[in-house]
Amino acid sequence: MNRLIPRVLLAPAVITLLLWMIVPLAMTIYFSLIRYNLMQPDQTGFIGLGNFAYFITDPAFGTAVLNTLLLLGSVTLITVVGGILLALLIDEPFPGRTLVRILLISPFFVMPTVNALLWKHMMMNPIYGVLAQVWLFFGATPVDWLTDWPLWSVILIVSWQWLPFATLIFITALQSMDREQIEASRMDGATYLQQLRYLYLPHLGRSVAVVVMIEMIFLLSVFAEIYTTTSGGPGDASTNVAFLIFKQALLNFDAGVASAGALFAVLLANIAGVFLIRMVGKNLDK
Amino acid sequence: MTHPRSNLATYLLRTLAAWLVTLLLFFPLGWLVLTAFKTELQAISVPPLLLFTPTLENFSIVQERSDYLLYAQNSLITSVVSTLLGLALAFPAAYSMAYFKGPRTKDILMWMLSTKMMPAVGALVPVYVLAQGAGLLDSRTGLVIIFTLSNLPIMVWMLYSHLKDIPGEILEAAGMDGATLWQEFRQVLLPLSMGGLASTGLLCLVLSWNEAFWSLNLSAAKAGTLATLIASYSSPEGLFWSKLSAASLMAIAPIVVFGWFSQKQLVQGLTFGAVK
Repeated sequence: MNRLIPRVLLAPAVITLLLWMIVPLAMTIYFSLIRYNLMQPDQTGFIGLGNFAYFITDPAFGTAVLNTLLLLGSVTLITVVGGILLALLIDEPFPGRTLVRILLISPFFVMPTVNALLWKHMMMNPIYGVLAQVWLFFGATPVDWLTDWPLWSVILIVSWQWLPFATLIFITALQSMDREQIEASRMDGATYLQQLRYLYLPHLGRSVAVVVMIEMIFLLSVFAEIYTTTSGGPGDASTNVAFLIFKQALLNFDAGVASAGALFAVLLANIAGVFLIRMVGKNLDK
Repeated sequence: MTHPRSNLATYLLRTLAAWLVTLLLFFPLGWLVLTAFKTELQAISVPPLLLFTPTLENFSIVQERSDYLLYAQNSLITSVVSTLLGLALAFPAAYSMAYFKGPRTKDILMWMLSTKMMPAVGALVPVYVLAQGAGLLDSRTGLVIIFTLSNLPIMVWMLYSHLKDIPGEILEAAGMDGATLWQEFRQVLLPLSMGGLASTGLLCLVLSWNEAFWSLNLSAAKAGTLATLIASYSSPEGLFWSKLSAASLMAIAPIVVFGWFSQKQLVQGLTFGAVK
């Protein structure tokens, strides 16, 4: 009797998640093996690996995989390094620290569509945007960001959005540092760089793991930021795997090819997941 | 310690640097707020205007043109209901894993998290087909189900890491005193886990409010959330920056202010208790 209760309590969550995972996966596998284009309902039938072949040989595929990894890697690197620097900068009390904290965290609560539009128009517009005005002020030629540097613009926007999150976690971690230890090291004549190397950074190891893990979950499938700014373009310059599948499904109406692509995305997520658990899981377990 | 002057200089420099960086990072948002109170002409003036007579007309135009209140209502209902539903599903599971640890508990937790790593787009076609079949396209019910499911893994994780920090002996003691499972839950467990429930709920509220992928793809004029309303302003024809800003401000203000008040709770929850 008593052994039943824990299972009954666990069951609803496990069963719903299992359904949420298995039903779409099974359907995706099925769709990926048949001809299934919403615009050509008369064409049906089993085509084996045809959809996969089509998706991989699509010239956009390689670009999309590369863009996904670049986006993930760059944003993670920028936010972790930037976040640590920022957290160290505001770790010690100074006038207005509470306000600084509130201002810094704000972008994280802003929905991705707003962030993206704000940057697309008011910041990056090549004529009226603030960045263009700054460039003009310094006598430089304004840059057409979304056309000339589409992927890097998306990276910039996404990084701006995730930097507050990383910073906040690092600040929290720094607050639990042993102040006496730091004081003692200073008495012993340690320079700030030495303190950084031997005290601060080792202490932050675990929170870096947390940040990398959470960002990886969300950044592998960045969508809204691309959808609202560049729509993956120009060409495929800022298309990631998630957006490529979206294009196949809702713009080309080819559910079959989109499903094949989705299975690739799942594979990519699993590779990342294994890598992640290796790198981060151990660190989290402590 | 013996260099008060250089310490003072470092202190001033640090303060200055911290404020500079903060203002730089906050600038885009601050600019959005300013632009929302400008006329369209002022919004695109060259050089950009810092001082101007604020106007409120953008806000009323946004409401008139695109029925802001309907979208806000959709956002509010879908995020609150999905959060409550998620908590109701996640709490028993987290409780069960935290206090009746089996050999496979860790695996179940890892598996749950791994379902979150599947990109949502991977499930787009089947979910779209299913929603269409069930008549749940462009419905709040459909969005609530999706939001609940996609937040569930994170909710279980967060609640689990909170619950496992509550000593089991307290619950056992209550059990020894003859409390039924329900009494144990109402009088001991629930009060002790309020903090965990709060931070988990807060995070899910923020995530659902800001969710864009599913709401863009599964909802339109009827069940559309604020994220879709804003996306509809991205049309390239004409520059309507001050209206865009006003709409954006109306969409983000509730959740940003909410976030300011709950940030401490949120961080604790977000890090699965791993960062103290």
